[in-house]
Amino acid sequence: MALSNIWIVTEPSNGSLTTTSLELLSHARSFGANISAITWGGDAALAVVAGEYGATTLYDVGDLGGALPGVPVASAIAALIASVGAPDAVFISTSYDGRDIAGRLSARLDRPVLTNVTGLADDGGLVTEHPIFGGTQTVKARFTGEGPGIFVIRAKSFAAEASGGGVASVVAAPPGDVGSTGGAMITATHVEERVGPKLEEAAVVVSGGRGLGEADKYALIEETANLLHGAAGASRAIVDAGWVPYSHQVGQTGKTVKPTVYIACGISGATQHMVGMKGSKNIVAINKDPDAPIFQIADFGIVGDVHKVLPALIAALKARA
Amino acid sequence: MNIVVCVKQIPDPAAPQSLDASHNLNRSGKLILDEADTYGVEMALQLVDKAGAGEVTVVSMGSAADVAGLRNALAMGAAKAVIVSDDALRGTDALGTAKVLAAVIKRESPDLVLTATESSDGYTGTTPVQLAELLGLPSITFAKSVSIDGTTLKVERQTESGYDEVTAPLPALVTVTAGVVEPRYASFKGIMAAKSKPLEVLSVADLALGDQTGATGARQEITDVVTAESRASGEKYVDEGDGAQRIVGFLESIKVL
Ligand SMILES: Cc1cc2nc3c(=O)[nH]c(=O)nc-3n(C[C@H](O)[C@H](O)[C@H](O)COP(=O)(O)OP(=O)(O)OC[C@H]3O[C@@H](n4cnc5c(N)ncnc54)[C@H](O)[C@@H]3O)c2cc1C
Ligand SMILES: Cc1cc2nc3c(=O)[nH]c(=O)nc-3n(C[C@H](O)[C@H](O)[C@H](O)COP(=O)(O)OP(=O)(O)OC[C@H]3O[C@@H](n4cnc5c(N)ncnc54)[C@H](O)[C@@H]3O)c2cc1C
Repeated sequence: MALSNIWIVTEPSNGSLTTTSLELLSHARSFGANISAITWGGDAALAVVAGEYGATTLYDVGDLGGALPGVPVASAIAALIASVGAPDAVFISTSYDGRDIAGRLSARLDRPVLTNVTGLADDGGLVTEHPIFGGTQTVKARFTGEGPGIFVIRAKSFAAEASGGGVASVVAAPPGDVGSTGGAMITATHVEERVGPKLEEAAVVVSGGRGLGEADKYALIEETANLLHGAAGASRAIVDAGWVPYSHQVGQTGKTVKPTVYIACGISGATQHMVGMKGSKNIVAINKDPDAPIFQIADFGIVGDVHKVLPALIAALKARA
Repeated sequence: MNIVVCVKQIPDPAAPQSLDASHNLNRSGKLILDEADTYGVEMALQLVDKAGAGEVTVVSMGSAADVAGLRNALAMGAAKAVIVSDDALRGTDALGTAKVLAAVIKRESPDLVLTATESSDGYTGTTPVQLAELLGLPSITFAKSVSIDGTTLKVERQTESGYDEVTAPLPALVTVTAGVVEPRYASFKGIMAAKSKPLEVLSVADLALGDQTGATGARQEITDVVTAESRASGEKYVDEGDGAQRIVGFLESIKVL
């Protein structure tokens, strides 16, 4: 059965849509279906971006009045389904707000979810891929009941490529009455300062792990990343230890990155870490243990002490600058 | 202040894992309290303590063949535990799990429901919000701090770029991140006391959920499990003072420098 309609939840971010939203729009085009995007915030510029990536219609939930998006956006999608009919599938990003929207929508529609999706193909219906056991195996799955299927898809699963489509036509999609479930309101926003590119978008990622020995030594990671115009990442071990904020974490419970080069410093290479970075084009590892699992996937390994190799690397990079 | 914490007993994530013949996670071995859920238990205990009255109930779905994980939560200080254990629940999906948990929690009518942001085994991360919707509650996910001011919940919610301050009226559901609080170790006294605390085991029939649970209720199927492509390793050198230069050379070869 051919897919005729796919709806993509596209999250607004600084006057555009998040990169993951663009990845989902791009991949949705490969199914030859009619693509509609759903967003919120009432920014007219988003219709240009959504159109450029293949959406013909942009449903705008409008200003959320400070509410967390989960409830109003899911409510708006449910109302849309009641008025214009259900699409074959709804694609949602595995993001903070995306997971909220997916959970709310699933329970409202009484439709199951397929989550942590990293691959999606049409094989007489949509078949998903999910990495399990730290990405050592891949599960393929599909829905067996009535649609719409709700797919919660991880960042970096697909490439974001513009199609050059014209501006999407904007249709208002108000949330309606959310009753007792509404009520979660954002009262203030705090933005952490960040230098350099975002972790998920950087061409170079330099990550540190427990092998750094102490929190202060993370400065070596930041300086190396900075000199390479990259971003600084981390293993969960040092996030849990409180050395760096969670936003730096790479892996199963953190971010997925696919830079041109990933440099792992003092990271052992646990499967839960590797699932978040093994899609990198090149992997460099520095570890003092020649048998560390990270070397099994590294294109270039240095068996050595990070406290010697990193300062020397920093000096060498500075000398070139 | 009565708080329900949803806790999951899981196979030790550090041990090798496998799928059984029907593609379900092999749970036949020893089960432990998911570390991700210890944060919720601790948070709940602290909030009840601050409120000066009330109790913490832990609610779980899964096999009751081993309840060491629940006893652990009771030893930390929870007052009682309820677990829904039934062979008919094999293969239940996230929404079905939320339906089971909702049916139990409705009987407790708590002021607050706490869960982890995602479990360490299935990690769909959607069960909590599905549960909130079924209970008709507002939810705040990814809490890195939780406080209660009268009947208002105040949460610092992690975001992509930092955090938001979010409020909601009680009753509500909150998902907590690791690090929201430092979980206590059960004391010897706690471990002894846990042995006589109430631990109720329910079956699906007690909840009147029909065929909404189990593999049929899941309305999804695994079509295949394949070994993922593994990456080959490349060159490896022992640093003899030249490691940094070699890395520079590699970065030049891939045109990063
Ligand atoms: C459900 C679950 C989810 C998880 N999710 C994640 C996740 O998202 N991301 C993640 O990273 N982890 C995750 N983990 C944790 C993961 O299993 C590992 O515990 C963690 O990745 C280890 O971090 P590490 O490599 O920094 O530390 P370790 O494993 O302790 O490794 C330290 C390494 O440093 C090396 N070393 C020590 N000293 C030096 C030195 N002077 N110079 C050079 N090398 C040195 C050692 O040889 C060792 O290989 C998860 C675990 C579970 C159970
Ligand atoms: C590798 C793997 C992949 C899976 N993929 C999917 C999928 O794509 N879609 C799907 O619908 N199901 C999926 N499942 C099944 C799913 O894991 C189970 O249905 C599970 O009962 C609920 O989901 P979770 O553990 O992923 O919960 P999460 O949503 O990750 O759990 C978050 C929190 O909710 C609470 N909670 C969750 N389950 C329980 C419980 N049984 N008892 C008490 N509290 C609980 C806990 O506080 C937990 O920390 C998958 C299972 C595995 C092993």
